[in-house]
Amino acid sequence: MAGSISNLGHNTAAKKNHSAGIRGIAKQSATSEARWIRWSLISIAMLFLALFLILPLVIVFTEAFAKGMGVYVAAITHPDAAAAIKLTLLAAAIAVPLNVVFGLAASWAIAKFQFKGKQIVITLIDLPFAVSPVVAGLIYMLLFGAQGLFGHWLMDHNVRIMFAVPGIVLATVFITFPFITRELIPLMQEQGKEQEEAAITLGANGWQMFFRVTLPSIKWALLYGIILCNARAMGEFGAVSVVSGKIRGQTNTMPLHIEILYNEYQFAAAFAVASLLALLALVTLVLKSALEWKAAREHEIAVLTAQAQ
Amino acid sequence: MSIEVRQLNKNFGAFSALNNVSLDFPTGELVALLGPSGCGKTTLLRIIAGLENPDSGTVLFHGEEATNVHVRERNVGFVFQHYALFRHMTVFDNVAFGLSVRPKETRPTKLEIKKRVHELLELVQLDWLADRYPHQLSGGQRQRIALARALAVEPKVLLLDEPFGALDAKVRKDLRRWLRRLHDELHITSIFVTHDQEEAMEVADRIVVLNKGKIEQIGSPDDIYNNPASPFVYDFIGQVNLFHSRVDHGWAHIGDYKLPAPEFSSVNNQTAIAYVRPHDIELTQENIEGSIPATVSHVSTAGSVLRIELTNKLSDDVIHVELPRSQERSLDLSVGAQVYAKPTTSKVFLQR
Repeated sequence: MAGSISNLGHNTAAKKNHSAGIRGIAKQSATSEARWIRWSLISIAMLFLALFLILPLVIVFTEAFAKGMGVYVAAITHPDAAAAIKLTLLAAAIAVPLNVVFGLAASWAIAKFQFKGKQIVITLIDLPFAVSPVVAGLIYMLLFGAQGLFGHWLMDHNVRIMFAVPGIVLATVFITFPFITRELIPLMQEQGKEQEEAAITLGANGWQMFFRVTLPSIKWALLYGIILCNARAMGEFGAVSVVSGKIRGQTNTMPLHIEILYNEYQFAAAFAVASLLALLALVTLVLKSALEWKAAREHEIAVLTAQAQ
Repeated sequence: MSIEVRQLNKNFGAFSALNNVSLDFPTGELVALLGPSGCGKTTLLRIIAGLENPDSGTVLFHGEEATNVHVRERNVGFVFQHYALFRHMTVFDNVAFGLSVRPKETRPTKLEIKKRVHELLELVQLDWLADRYPHQLSGGQRQRIALARALAVEPKVLLLDEPFGALDAKVRKDLRRWLRRLHDELHITSIFVTHDQEEAMEVADRIVVLNKGKIEQIGSPDDIYNNPASPFVYDFIGQVNLFHSRVDHGWAHIGDYKLPAPEFSSVNNQTAIAYVRPHDIELTQENIEGSIPATVSHVSTAGSVLRIELTNKLSDDVIHVELPRSQERSLDLSVGAQVYAKPTTSKVFLQR
């Protein structure tokens, strides 16, 4: 009622002002800003994007190919670069599956069980996001380094963790842990445990319940988490740089290798390897949007389901 | 299969959900667990299903101890209030789930499963929906599919947790009649939880009224309605007029009015509450013996009965009266009209 009255008022005002040329205001709806505000906000956002995101990306690729295709190929096939790529892939290949298992277990525990200290666990899971990666690396140094807590014991048993692959994997696991849990916990909490209960009353065992009921209902969120987790695992610099020791051809990951090349003024080579990481970022973005679209559709369906209930 | 529970106790922190509950559910009966929210009815159902463990007490299936038998092995069909259908599976796959997760030795062949699923879908009259997904169904259809899914494993007991709670009033009525007919066909021992007394009255063979984790009364719907065992049951089942009174030698005195209470003939001046159902009151225009003078304050003619509210001197609350519509013509029921209300049946409970 009030709406229609004000609408009428608005229309007459608009008619009166029409001849005065205040057409823009007459067309403006109640909930949107004036046109100039809209356009300046959009321009600022686009300018920022262009300057800070698109331009660097373009530069990475132009610099990478600045000295021609030959240098590019040579840079990424150089034994040290190849070793760095291999190590990065290996670290991600170990860290991501580990985090899938940890992430699923932690999310399950938090979403489906009631226990004391749950809130503390939820907070702790986010710790890797809150703490600087360098600090994370140093923590592992203090634990497993030569002077560290377990250093002597490890030395005596001839186990190398620092300046070796296990250390790099550990640091990567730590840094990327929250990516999967953060996707899963809210979703699993929202879904509750009725479907799982229905499955076990129907005679399903734990594995059948998990693979046939739980996993299908969280698969998009899980994939989304895995993709983000993987992107970060391959790109992680701070924590890994502390624990790796940067031994060329042995404990250098791609980000570390890029830094070394850059510091040695091999710009084309540095950007060539960097272009691979940039490419990974682009692929990640595409997959991420595809999954978001898919998840949004699933969510729409879930909402429709809920409304019909 | 019969179910017995013995001395069940269950606490959630300081909250006592079940307090020493013992019950028998005879084979083939449809029993309603009725009570307000928080009375422990759902907890009791979940303990029988094995989805919850009691703090103490035992559950017996067919006379055999089942307290520590896993849900999976109890062979119960459980129907959830919000259906809990598997969202990503078709109706067919939902119903087939229980059969397809069986170990290889006991799993029926694909063809047998297909046949069985279609039989069940025909039983719930939804065979034409086999290829749909749950989100494409209405609430009532979903609950029927959930029931078909629960029946697929040939459970010995069917447990339903507020099965119609999330449905529209009209669908709910249809579905509960349908459930009653289905039960008459299948004769499977069934327990359903509800907070809707009308639903319990209409569907159940027997009703267990629960309050604050304790059993208030067990009986047939007639029994529960006509002979409520406690003030709580009287209050909870149907609408009721309540009068604070003093009982003295077989009479309940309410101000200068008195109601008969012959069962308390030897009671000496004790506080009590008298209950009178709205349809157990007669209205007359002239003052007859044993009636309460009152004034009409509101009349509702919407529905199958006349609902009349009367102000009176006995209590601050209005007296609710329900009369057949035929009385509309023979009585002057305009607001402010003087009438005389005579309770024909009443029930008195002493206050402790």
